[in-house]
Amino acid sequence: MSDDMPKPEQLAQISYGPPPKNWMDNPVKFRTGTFNYSANPDSARYVDFPYPRKWMPMEDDWQLPENWQEIILNGLKDRLNKYRTLRVFMDICVRCGACADKCHFFIGSGDPKNMPVLRAELLRSVYRNDFTTAGKILGKIAGARKLTVGVLKEWFFYFFQCTECRRCSVYCPYGIDTAEITMMVRELLNLVGLNIDWITTPVANCFRTGNHLGIQPHGFADSLEFAVDELEELTGVRVEAPINRKGAEILFVAPSADYFATPHYYTLLGYLALFHEIGLDYTWSAYASEGGNFGLFHSAETMKRLNNKIYAEAKRLGVKWILGGECGHMWRVLHQYMDTINGPADFLEVPKSPLTGTVFENTKSTKMVHISEFTADLIKHDKIKLDPSRNDHWRITYHDSCNPARAMGLLEEPRYIINKTCNNFFEMPENTIREQTFCCGSGSGLGTDENLEMRLRGGMPRGNAARYVRDKHGVNICLCMCAIDKATLPAVMDYWAPGVEIGGVHEMVGNALILKGEKERDTDLRGTPLVGKEGTGDV
Amino acid sequence: MRAVFSLAVVIILVLIAQVGAGSAGMRYLLGVIIPYIAMAVFLIGMVYRVIKWARSPVPFRIPVTCGQEKSLPWIKSSKLDNPHTTLGVIGRMALEILCFRSLFRNTKTELRKGPTLTYGSSKYLWLGALVFHWSFLIIFIRHFKYFTEPIPSFVLLAQNLDGFFQVGLPIVYITDILILVALTYLLFRRLLDAKLRYISLAGDYIPLFLIGGIAVTGVLMRYFTKTDIVAVKQLAIGLVTFSPVGADVLGQISSIFFIHIFLVSVLFIYFPFSKLVHLGGVFLSPTRNLANNNRMERHVNPWDYPVKVHTYEEWEDEFRDVMKAAGLPLDKE
Amino acid sequence: MYDSGKIISGLIIFLIIATAPIWYTAASGGTTKGPEPEIITTEKQCVRDTDYMRHDHMELLNEWRDQVVRGDDRVYTTASGRKFEKSLSNTCMSCHPNKSEFCDRCHNYMGVDPYCWSCHIEPKGGSR
Repeated sequence: MSDDMPKPEQLAQISYGPPPKNWMDNPVKFRTGTFNYSANPDSARYVDFPYPRKWMPMEDDWQLPENWQEIILNGLKDRLNKYRTLRVFMDICVRCGACADKCHFFIGSGDPKNMPVLRAELLRSVYRNDFTTAGKILGKIAGARKLTVGVLKEWFFYFFQCTECRRCSVYCPYGIDTAEITMMVRELLNLVGLNIDWITTPVANCFRTGNHLGIQPHGFADSLEFAVDELEELTGVRVEAPINRKGAEILFVAPSADYFATPHYYTLLGYLALFHEIGLDYTWSAYASEGGNFGLFHSAETMKRLNNKIYAEAKRLGVKWILGGECGHMWRVLHQYMDTINGPADFLEVPKSPLTGTVFENTKSTKMVHISEFTADLIKHDKIKLDPSRNDHWRITYHDSCNPARAMGLLEEPRYIINKTCNNFFEMPENTIREQTFCCGSGSGLGTDENLEMRLRGGMPRGNAARYVRDKHGVNICLCMCAIDKATLPAVMDYWAPGVEIGGVHEMVGNALILKGEKERDTDLRGTPLVGKEGTGDV
Repeated sequence: MRAVFSLAVVIILVLIAQVGAGSAGMRYLLGVIIPYIAMAVFLIGMVYRVIKWARSPVPFRIPVTCGQEKSLPWIKSSKLDNPHTTLGVIGRMALEILCFRSLFRNTKTELRKGPTLTYGSSKYLWLGALVFHWSFLIIFIRHFKYFTEPIPSFVLLAQNLDGFFQVGLPIVYITDILILVALTYLLFRRLLDAKLRYISLAGDYIPLFLIGGIAVTGVLMRYFTKTDIVAVKQLAIGLVTFSPVGADVLGQISSIFFIHIFLVSVLFIYFPFSKLVHLGGVFLSPTRNLANNNRMERHVNPWDYPVKVHTYEEWEDEFRDVMKAAGLPLDKE
Repeated sequence: MYDSGKIISGLIIFLIIATAPIWYTAASGGTTKGPEPEIITTEKQCVRDTDYMRHDHMELLNEWRDQVVRGDDRVYTTASGRKFEKSLSNTCMSCHPNKSEFCDRCHNYMGVDPYCWSCHIEPKGGSR
């Protein structure tokens, strides 16, 4: 964390009172720490994004193509004709304000344009001006305004200040989904080459190598090999981590951070231990080595281009069905988009747990099962032996990640697993969990260092809730099932709720899981000594 | 500013009708011609609006889920807040449309010293909105008595229930009071909450003042400056039988009625071009009206098109050497 | 996905409801001819002028009731100086005994159900 970052008490000096000026007359300011840098032109070129160039958001001249207005307005027209959501959401908002204080960015910044309603008005005002009779005739009095460079800059600033978490949509009487509007505007910005690098470069990497981090197949194999070695050291059991193995029953796909970043890594160890213990006939894939999909944060087309690898690989390897790891936006894509964009998956079979015989009827078309569904089923059928006391050094809370909560409703499975693998579980306040959960503040491609102030502001509600259970119950770890959470919540917790670490649900499974032939376990998967084993391990 | 502008617009409308009611020709315009135009604009406008929405497809199934999904048989799923069946969706939509389910969830966020964030339940908006909309609906149904002869029993029932307490003479309708209270709340909420004032457009105040004007003139006519309601009904029946009444009947009606019907006409004309189209839009919101059966049934995108992908073959070609060195299986040696 | 079937059905339902009075009135044969209360009295003048009585008779009756019941004030003097007993049964119904042809015509037309008859005895058979 940089030294010039204000202290939490200072950052929390927030006024929710809007400025006196009309919002239309209040141009955007690109202040260091509150926005993301532009896309590297090489990455943009690699995936054929339009108008790749060197430019920076804080510069005056964005080097827009000459007919940029025409491009955007045509793009908007095109999307109005392709998405009922966009058309309906442009027309029916009554500005009741129910969404206003639901956005973590508004709560953390007080900037009125972070109220979901006003964020949408940024687009709606242009829609009125060019696509509605009232707006054409009455102009500003009808809430319409021309698309100018100033408006475009506002779009860039505020639509890359929305994490597409959909919390506002839960409270909207019409279900207006700001994520959908943000997606549309980001697509429009892309048409004139206004992308951010933290989306574009991972997309280019993923398109080329198969994962966001750009890890090539041998690097991927090395990572897994390393994890296997480490797991052996911790448990005394040597597991297999097969890659690109044809004829396996199940293809396993996880977000790439799981095998390359901490604390994700401990979740990976958890998966490996679990799959070994139950003797799962599965394979990893170096080609489909990414479950996440930063294409979702760019455009429907890019999402489809990246997602394509999963079904293609399942088909090539001849597996029966697909199992997916812990990730948030990955599951938005898998649950709500994959079957539509790259299905039908008629070459696969309806997923059936080889251990319990449970047929996952809820996945009979997409044929992809979430690992927490799979594991909850195993535990329910007593297929694994667990020693929850091995997690006694953790006092746990659980953060529902936005997409599993509000795009799936995967609420009980992780809680069931946590309760079976841990003894000390405490929920955060009810308005901050389940469908009302707060975003980490860094989702949808905004998790960069240059954007740190805004991320911490956005992370304030989550950090606050975690601090509450830390103070009340002594919570020292917050579990989650999202790679972006695991990557970015540590900074949020260090800032707002120091002492709360971040972990994964399958990390706890890995800790509690009694492996056949394991050595005496002195530490958890992190190497932290277990309760009663302090000082005995050779950590 | 925008509130003042909107109030001025409605006052001007009132004055136009007030002046117009003074001449027989204008009475015909206000009482017959404009209501016909308003009805036509409203019906055609709403149908046009809905068809325009409907012509854009729903490419993806993107319900916002607000409870446990349907997954393993031993996990209880939330059938209404996260429906996976059509019946569940109907239930969810009914709760949304009849009970304003989502607004019921509303919370108020407060930042206190610490810094500590709190989220208190906040049901005032839900209550105000629900009272307003239900009152409006019941008043709307009650008005069918002017357009029907004999009056259908459900209209009489609505009227009798509305006057259940038998207070005052003529008996006070509960909805007459409730709608005025609710409108006042909705207006002052917008004016007094700085955030709301900031986001409000003229288009947010106009409906409040317009409907307020309609309610006030209606209340005045019923309880204070009475008009010849038999003549009003003759006028209304004339409209729906396409045999409009003449100057004899129009002449018996007091001018306040013409203000009332003119404001109603303006509301109907304004409706399809304003945020009031949420009346239709609420049915068409894909985040609410789709079942969360995403992985159970395939959803088809009508404009789906092939995209450029990085195939396995190309990928293996690019990384064959390193894969070979790492001992990874290859399709082509 | 368009769901055009559902949307068109919805629109048709909307149009039917919105235009229901047209169909209903056409079916019931409703016309602009208003109710015609039969006046069978030979009196030339009511206690107030016709226009007032048309709009406000209920107010007058209400006043009478309050004055009689609460103030024992039973005499009403018209503008022209004639005196009447403040009584629905004895004064009003002496000229208008035909409830079903007089009172009910307009009340039914307007869907009004006054609570006069929850205390007063309803005259039998429209008694001409």
